[in-house]
Amino acid sequence: MQWETVIGLEVHVQLATKTKIFSGSSTAFGAEPNTQASAVDLAMPGMLPVLNEEALKMAIKFGLAIDAHINEKSVFERKNYFYPDLPKGYQTTQSELPIVGAGHIDIQLADGSSKRVRIHHAHLEEDAGKSLHEDFHGMSGIDLNRAGTPLIEIVSEPDMSNAEEAVAFARKLHTIVTSLGICDGEMSQGSMRFDVNVSVRPVGESKLGTRTETKNLNSFRFMERAIKLEVERQIDVLEDGGKINQETRLYDGDKDISRAMRSKEEANDYRYFPCPDLLPVLIDSSYIDAIRATLPELPDARKLRFVEQYGLSDYDAGILSADAGIAALFEATTAKSTDAKLSANWIMGEFSARLNSEEKTAKNSPINAEQLGQLILRIKDNSISSAGAKKVFDALWTEEGHDVDAIIDAKGLKQVSDTGALEKIVDEVLAGMTAQIEQYRATDEAKRKKLLGGFMGPLMKASKGQGNPKLFTEILVKKLDG
Amino acid sequence: MIHNKTISELSRGLAAGEYSSVELTTHFLKRIENLDSNYNSYITVTAEQALNEAQAADARRAAGNATPWTGVPFAHKDIFCTQGVRTTCGSRMLENFIPPYDSTVAANFKQHGAVCLGKTNMDEFAMGSSNETSYYGRVTNPWGTDLVPGGSSGGSAAAVAARLAPGATATDTGGSIRQPAALCGLTGIKPTYGRVSRLGMIAFASSLDQGGTLTRTAEDSAMMLNVMASYDPKDSTCIDRDVPDYTATLNQSLKGLKIGLPAEFFSEHLDPEMQTQVQNAIRELEKLGATLKEIRLPHSHLSVPAYYVIAPAECSANLSRFDGVRYGYRCDNPQDLQDLYLRSRSEGFGDEVKRRILIGTYALSAGYYDAYYRKAQQVRRLIKQDFDNAFGEVDIIAGPTSPSPAFAFGSKGNDPVKMYLEDIFTISTNLAGLPGMSVPAGMIGGLPIGMQLIGNYFDEARLLNAGHQFQQVTDWHTKAPSGIDA
Repeated sequence: MQWETVIGLEVHVQLATKTKIFSGSSTAFGAEPNTQASAVDLAMPGMLPVLNEEALKMAIKFGLAIDAHINEKSVFERKNYFYPDLPKGYQTTQSELPIVGAGHIDIQLADGSSKRVRIHHAHLEEDAGKSLHEDFHGMSGIDLNRAGTPLIEIVSEPDMSNAEEAVAFARKLHTIVTSLGICDGEMSQGSMRFDVNVSVRPVGESKLGTRTETKNLNSFRFMERAIKLEVERQIDVLEDGGKINQETRLYDGDKDISRAMRSKEEANDYRYFPCPDLLPVLIDSSYIDAIRATLPELPDARKLRFVEQYGLSDYDAGILSADAGIAALFEATTAKSTDAKLSANWIMGEFSARLNSEEKTAKNSPINAEQLGQLILRIKDNSISSAGAKKVFDALWTEEGHDVDAIIDAKGLKQVSDTGALEKIVDEVLAGMTAQIEQYRATDEAKRKKLLGGFMGPLMKASKGQGNPKLFTEILVKKLDG
Repeated sequence: MIHNKTISELSRGLAAGEYSSVELTTHFLKRIENLDSNYNSYITVTAEQALNEAQAADARRAAGNATPWTGVPFAHKDIFCTQGVRTTCGSRMLENFIPPYDSTVAANFKQHGAVCLGKTNMDEFAMGSSNETSYYGRVTNPWGTDLVPGGSSGGSAAAVAARLAPGATATDTGGSIRQPAALCGLTGIKPTYGRVSRLGMIAFASSLDQGGTLTRTAEDSAMMLNVMASYDPKDSTCIDRDVPDYTATLNQSLKGLKIGLPAEFFSEHLDPEMQTQVQNAIRELEKLGATLKEIRLPHSHLSVPAYYVIAPAECSANLSRFDGVRYGYRCDNPQDLQDLYLRSRSEGFGDEVKRRILIGTYALSAGYYDAYYRKAQQVRRLIKQDFDNAFGEVDIIAGPTSPSPAFAFGSKGNDPVKMYLEDIFTISTNLAGLPGMSVPAGMIGGLPIGMQLIGNYFDEARLLNAGHQFQQVTDWHTKAPSGIDA
């Protein structure tokens, strides 16, 4: 039987506010356990929440960025359940009236076409703390630093049909929230976490199959694997005549396996009701308009501009506009180098390869736009060869040096482009290669080009690698062709 | 004797140098030590701290920057968190809980240099109308050794009635200030919801809880509210609105004051003796120039059922934080997480608290939410609408505070609904968020009863004005239980 997959995502995005959503505690990552937990975060008796307006503004920014309806009235509710890392015994969240209503995000598919994924809604809520199950001799440790960190939970419609689309959606979301500056995008620190709802059904069937939810995936790679694994599992079960249980599953990325965590029957009754400690959030259109005016350029708009302003291809523009840091680096590098295409090639090539292999971002890379632009300038004015440029790049990256010209000098990478000097070298080298010259001249004109390499090696050697290869070639061809 | 003086008299005496705060404080601490075994009105007496505060107050007065409250002793209901002083909320759950912070109300009193004598007894987590649910033992009404003082602020009421404090803070979720005021012959005001900060006031039902006063006179309640009321940006439900000087308008004439008498409060179900006494009291207001008008509050019969859905629903979530994990009572040797929760909460909470958590949990459960919680909120809006309509016609509303005077211990013990009906006249103001006050208005069988005055939003000054004027022409508020030495 032919099967089709239906995927919907719930994404938790930690907002980049300085303080928590309902208290003044810092949200900085990595502090000693429980040093960023105030009486409010600890749910001490009599403590009350006060909404951090920055979190509200960030949620509205997100809503505007996905062309969503912003609800003029939204309500915080209590989601009741007991867990040691949930100090109040309820999570303050939004349910019936979330701040962000329906919107959409367009994703690029592998074949170049685009697809619209509808967003059901996005709501504000607080994060829980962390339970630490190791190192406490049969007990659990509780760290409440994260408790009360503001989140938006973004709920998509089940509009994705395979793991690749889901990942494209997740990446696009990452791009949007980092471009907006509302999330630091640090997946390894849990700044974005994905719950994937997956079901399969026979092709042609209109009714949705029973879905499972795999929770808390915090990398694109794990997400892709978890979806593929779950789709395979469900198809196997169904083809063996079994039934899919509606359940929550956990994916273990290290072992690449998933297991059922709890079934629908075991699901909590969360007993949502409006939080009486917080008034309904009422906003008007002028409040929304003021936030709209602060929105930065978003990836989709940036891509169009890159095509128009820099003459980039759709593909290049798409890659360079996706990440706010990369986009900014590209623009600054081009401003310095005055060559958009060469700047684009370097950033998408050497630079991105280094970022990826060392898991760095544009922001914390050791090379800045000024240096990269200068390097490209030196390529353009023939001061260095592209092989030399790679050596300079390497020196900049390893922070062996910081000034492009100084590195070129120190490493003796400066190209000789004086035609008189180059001609002299060519004459000297050719004098010792009569056999090769005869062979060259005996070859068809169309195939001669292949033989040039045999001369270039000795030429570069004779010039100690500093001869401009382009000029060498010109002079050489002239002499050989006589 | 000094303990029979009102707060305003003590304030003037301190200002005139008739006695020091240390002398005053020592006097009250001695009385508590000698007499409170009869009433059990205090859970914690903070003698050492009170004397330190009194010394500081005397020094402040000498330095010339005293306020009317500087050096005046008072007591806090043990629901207000006090930094460094155990705050139990009447529960075993918080038997050893010492808050590292002050409630805003406690901080306000400290700022004025008032002297806190201790923390008063109360129904556990403010759930009760008789003070029989306290883990720290029941409180005896000074008007009779077998009588309840009312609840939940029964300790505060008994302490003030027994002259073990000239005034005490209290809270009112469904009548917990006004009913004990009525049963102990005191004056007490529950202000408009949002007038007094709830920060550090341990929550029972967040949308209904409001801090207020228990004093002997309306003037004292005005003085107390001057300190308690404030805008607190740390309480999202607190309203940013100037606090008037409530004592400034006490002497205004009541001429032309329109008083509404709800037909529903004076029905044939009301005890005839209570009916007569309250009517007599209202006639005194009429003599002072007020005009009377019968009004209708057609949904008031729904207030008790609506309240007993909303309040338990909120409490079921509010009390989830008492889980034995971070502070408060934890059972011995928990076997696992489930056992820790189960036994800590089973052993730490009393029956009435458990009953309300169960009711609230049930009312919020999937499939029942619409029938109970949502419906109750709809009723709540209708009740508020009734009052809005009434205040289109009248300035204040008057009626009885409680159905009867103080009753005997155990007399309503086996029937929670009977106990819940104690608050039948007071609950609707909490649901609407309106201010309500009780003033001593007569005696039945030698026991005090209260007249309730309900005002429009933020009309506390008008209620206190009416109460004060009433107390200029009546002497019910001066009656003391027997055994209080004059």
